[in-house]
Amino acid sequence: MSRQLMKGNDALSEAAVRAGCRFFGGYPITPQSEIPEYLSWRMPEAGGTFIQAESELSGVNMVYGAAAAGFRAMTSSSGPGFSLLQEGISYIASAELPAVFVDVQRYGSGLGDIFQAQGDYWQATRGGGHGDYRMLVYAPASVQESVDLVSVAFDKADQYRNPTLILSDASIAQMMEPVTLPEMREHDPNADWAVRGKHGKPFKRVTSTMYYIEDFDAYIKGKYDEMAEAEQRWESVRVDDADVVLVAYGISSRICREAVEIARGRGVRLGLLRPITLWPFPAKAFAEVNPLVKAYLSVELSALPKMVEDVRLACEMKAPVETFLGGAHIPESSAIVERAVAILNAQR
Amino acid sequence: MLSITCAGFGGQGVLTAGLLLAHVSMESGKEITWVPSYGSEMRGGTASCRLRIGDEPILNPFFSAIDALIGMNQDSVDTFQGAIAPGGVLIANSSMVRGGAFRDDIRVVEVPATEIAGELKNPRGANLVMLGAVIGATGLVDAEEFADGIDAYFNKKGRNNPLNRECFMRGVQAAANA
Repeated sequence: MSRQLMKGNDALSEAAVRAGCRFFGGYPITPQSEIPEYLSWRMPEAGGTFIQAESELSGVNMVYGAAAAGFRAMTSSSGPGFSLLQEGISYIASAELPAVFVDVQRYGSGLGDIFQAQGDYWQATRGGGHGDYRMLVYAPASVQESVDLVSVAFDKADQYRNPTLILSDASIAQMMEPVTLPEMREHDPNADWAVRGKHGKPFKRVTSTMYYIEDFDAYIKGKYDEMAEAEQRWESVRVDDADVVLVAYGISSRICREAVEIARGRGVRLGLLRPITLWPFPAKAFAEVNPLVKAYLSVELSALPKMVEDVRLACEMKAPVETFLGGAHIPESSAIVERAVAILNAQR
Repeated sequence: MLSITCAGFGGQGVLTAGLLLAHVSMESGKEITWVPSYGSEMRGGTASCRLRIGDEPILNPFFSAIDALIGMNQDSVDTFQGAIAPGGVLIANSSMVRGGAFRDDIRVVEVPATEIAGELKNPRGANLVMLGAVIGATGLVDAEEFADGIDAYFNKKGRNNPLNRECFMRGVQAAANA
């Protein structure tokens, strides 16, 4: 398969279709609007259905319906629009239906702004909606990974009958890189739980009330415990001899990757742990780190530190954990190296 | 690896110039990132895109030191000239960049791209003249190969104007003579 140059949002959309997604219902908001734009023509071409809903609320509930009927369904949003999806996500999780969500993170709370940020970390990983649920959260760091992970997100959503989330950001979504697309896959909507019409067969029910399920607490906890154990993904770069280990995902990890190269060129032993799943946070990755590591540095493109809490838990505070925040300004890789050097000097 | 910024008024084709550079570089086996300017500055002001092109996978798509700047208008030169690395290249559209005062530690190639495109009766091809100048000045890709890439790109879109190639080659010559 030859490489082609694609924008993150377009590539993700095409990959969703090729993963068998045949329903999209959503509402435009920058910087994710290329997703509904692309799917508005591509979905019908592939025999699926695209609906520009009147709001995010109706979009997510259309996804609920399409998922209940056994189809691979997706919606995407950003900023305030992603907040509006949370009630529906909680319902879909409670009804134990597979669906894929995309949050192209933009800056700030409220209306905020349209440029890249990583401020939705808690909303994404803690469950922005109410009650006892989690979503598998995948954080692509390139256009190719946006393609690869959307496919994984659909498969895992099916495997666990649970919504999954692609947590992208404005820069991964808007940039172009060469990508190789996967082959087209068809998905059979006739799952044994899917509501396909009775046709003389036994009664089936899709509902988000669980009072009739015996021992529900243990059942649902067991499901999420299994996901937490089995689904951790990460990439590690030169952590086995590192004095300082950067922890960063998505676009921040790209900047950190360059910081590692610069530092190593100067003889500074810098490494990088890149979570690919944010929930479950890849705590297992920390076993690969130099046992004599002197510090961790959580690099996040947000005004308030968030992922750092997971880093502290995962490393069990065996070394100091510090933060490097970006927020409205994209950090320079050299500034991250300087910070790592300063941390090491302060410990001498 | 080269870090290139294309900047100008919205409508001067700076994003397309960057896209062409990215497409043709990919076809010749290079790794690329292309990032559009994305923010409130797009409304009415300077539009820009930044590219990194190299033989190895591109780690960080962002950069603060520019190796080559395509400056389509005065504003973009004023905005980005200071970020050019010492020894870097500034391709200035001298039809619109007349403010003088270029840095003396960079290589400046002045090309009257808007006028050349006008002479060739392809006024929207000024960005291609500038692209020609970049290829001529940096030798990133063979000029004929790049011109074939431009033809292929527009043919694929079903609307290739043969004057596009001519605009591009005039830019290559202008850089060679600079």
